[in-house]
Amino acid sequence: MLRIEARPEPSRTMQLATPFLAVALTVVSGAVLFALLGRDPVVSLHAFFVTPISSLYGLGELALKATPLILIGIGLAAGFRANVWNIGAEGQLVLGAICGGGVALWFWEVDAPWVFPLMVVAAVAGGMVWAAIPAFLKTRLEVNEILVSLMLTYVAVLLLSTLVYGPWKDPEGFNFPQSRMFGEAALMAPILDGTRLHAGILVALAVALAAWLWQARTLSGFALKVVGLAPAAARFAGFRRHRAVWSTLLLGGGLAGLAGLFEVAGPIGQLVPEVSPGYGFTGIIVAFLGRLHPFGVVLAGFLVALSYIGGEVAQIEAGLPQAVTGVFQGMLLFFLLATDFLIRYRLRRVPRRRAAEGG
Amino acid sequence: MEPIVATTVSVIAAATPLLLAANGELVAEKAGVLNLGVEGMMLVGAVSGFAVALTTGSASLGILAAALAGGVLALLFGLLTLGLMANQVATGLALTIFGVGVSSLVGAGYVGTPVARLPRLDLPGLSDLPVVGPLLFGHDALVYLSVAMVALTAWFLHRTRGGMILRACGENDEAAHALGYPVIAVRFGAVVFGGVTSGLAGAFLSLSYTPMWAEGMTAGRGWIALALVVFASWRPWRLLIGAYLFGGVTILQLHAQGLGLFAVPSQVLSMLPYLATILVLTLIATGSGRGRLDAPACLGKPFHPPA
Repeated sequence: MLRIEARPEPSRTMQLATPFLAVALTVVSGAVLFALLGRDPVVSLHAFFVTPISSLYGLGELALKATPLILIGIGLAAGFRANVWNIGAEGQLVLGAICGGGVALWFWEVDAPWVFPLMVVAAVAGGMVWAAIPAFLKTRLEVNEILVSLMLTYVAVLLLSTLVYGPWKDPEGFNFPQSRMFGEAALMAPILDGTRLHAGILVALAVALAAWLWQARTLSGFALKVVGLAPAAARFAGFRRHRAVWSTLLLGGGLAGLAGLFEVAGPIGQLVPEVSPGYGFTGIIVAFLGRLHPFGVVLAGFLVALSYIGGEVAQIEAGLPQAVTGVFQGMLLFFLLATDFLIRYRLRRVPRRRAAEGG
Repeated sequence: MEPIVATTVSVIAAATPLLLAANGELVAEKAGVLNLGVEGMMLVGAVSGFAVALTTGSASLGILAAALAGGVLALLFGLLTLGLMANQVATGLALTIFGVGVSSLVGAGYVGTPVARLPRLDLPGLSDLPVVGPLLFGHDALVYLSVAMVALTAWFLHRTRGGMILRACGENDEAAHALGYPVIAVRFGAVVFGGVTSGLAGAFLSLSYTPMWAEGMTAGRGWIALALVVFASWRPWRLLIGAYLFGGVTILQLHAQGLGLFAVPSQVLSMLPYLATILVLTLIATGSGRGRLDAPACLGKPFHPPA
C-alpha cells in the first residue's frame, strides 16, 4: 500500500528533480504519441531530439531559438515569483519588433554605428509601454493583468499586420506583406562562422546573471519574493505590492521587446506579419521549467528551444506534422505541474495491515 | 427592416460561442476554480466536433464528441489542480498551450475541408413569419441550448440546494468541508461542466459559425469568455447581456469592414473586440458596483482537506 503524506517542509531535492522527471515523462509520452501516429518511435525521437543538435549549424540554431526564450523566461519568472501574471509577452515581443524595426526602416539609408543602439532603446521602450498598460490598470484599478496583457497580444499582432500590409510595405517587394530588408547597420551579424547565431545569446546570458544578482543579492529582489510568497509579511515589512507589479511587468515587457528586436534584426532581417512562433507563450513554460530561477531559465530555454528545432527537423526527416512541437510543450508543462506534487508530498509504503487499521 | 433582422441574427451567432463557454466557466468559478484553459478546451472541442461530424456525417455525434473532448480536458485540469493541488493559473495556461497544439495536430488533415452546417430547427409556419420568424425561430440547437443553459444555471445556482452547496464551496471551502460537503467532488463536477460547455462552444464555431476547421479558429474567444464572467459579476443573466454586447461589437466591426465605412485598415477594426474587452474590464473596476468584489472568495485557491 502506498499512502500520500505531507512533507514537513518542501523538498529541495524534488524541486530540482521534478523538471528532469517531467522531461523524461514527456519523452516517453512522445514515443507513445509517435507510435500512435504510425511512426517508428525510435527514429522519430532521434529526428526530434538528436539530429537537430548533431551539427555546428544545428547547435547555432539551438542557441538562436534559446535567446528569445531565455530573455522572456527571465522577465516572466520574476513576475511569477511576485504573483504577477504577465501572459502577454508575445504582444510585448511584437511591439519590440515594431518599434525597433521602425527605427531601422526610418534610418534605412543611414549607415552609422548609432542606428542599432537606437533600435535597442526603441524596442525595449516599446515592450515596456505595452506592459505598462496592464501594470497601470492593475495598480490603479485592480484590473486583472492576465486578461489585459493577453488581449493586448492580439492588438499588437494586428498592429504589426496593419503596418506591413500598409505604410511599411516594401515598395519594391511585389506587393508582399513585408517591409524592406533592414540596412547593414541595423542587422546583427553572425558571431560564429557557418551558423546564423548572433550576439543576442550573449546578451541573454548576461541578463540571466544580472537577474540572479538582483534577486539573490539585493533588497528589492528579495522584496519581490516576499510579496509573492507572503503578501501580509510583505506589507508589514513595507514592501509595496504596486512596486512589484510595476517592476516585474516593465522588466518582462522590456526583455520581451528586446527578444522581438533580436528576431527581426537577426534571423528575419525585416518586418513580416509573423515575427515569432509563439515565443511569448512558450516563455511561460520556460519560466516554470527553470524553477523561476534565472540559471534554471537558461537551461530550460535551451531545452525548449530543442522542441522547436526538433519539430522542424522531424517534419522534414520523418514527415511529422509541425504541431507536434506544441503538443510536446504542453505535455512538458503538464508533467512538470503534476510531478511538482512530490515537492510538498511524499508517497510512503505502509504495511497492508497497518494501512487497513489506520485507514 | 430586412438588414436589421439579418444583422441581429448574425449577432446571435457571434454571441453563442461566447455565451456557452462563459456560462461553463462561471459555474467553475462559482465553485472556486479558475480555469484559464477555456481557449484550449474550445479548440479541442472545435476540432473533435468537426472531425467526427465529417467522418460519420452526423452533426449530433460531432456535438457529442466536442462535449466529450472538452470534458476530458477539464478532467485533466481537475486531476492536476484538485487532485495534485497544482497552481490553477499555471495549469490553465498549460491546458491552453496543450489544446492549441493537440487541435492543430489533429486538425492538420482537415484544413480547407468543408462540412455540412448544423441543421436549423425550422418550425413550419413560425420560421416564415416576418421579423419574428428569423429572429426567434430557425436557429440551430446550440443557439437555443446556450440560452437555456443560462436559465438553467441561474435557477440551479440560486434556487436549488445543490447550487447553494456549489456556491458555498466557492465562498468558503473550509466551512463547506466542515459541514460535510464534498468540496473536491463538487469542484470536479463544476470544472467538468465548464469543459463540456467549452467543447460545445468550440463545436458551434466549427460546425455552425464557420463550418470548417482552421488552426486557432477560436481567435481569443476563450479569453473573452473569461473576461465576460468578470463583466457579469458572476451572474448568469448578466452574462447573456455581455455575450450579446460582444457579439454586437464583433458583427459591427465586420460590417464596417465589409462596407468600408471608415477610412482605416481592416486590421484596426479587427482590434475592436479585444480593445472592448479591456475597456469593459476597466469600466467594471471603476464602476460604483465594484464588480470584482463579487468574485467568489476562494477563487483560484487550492483546498487541502484536513486529515
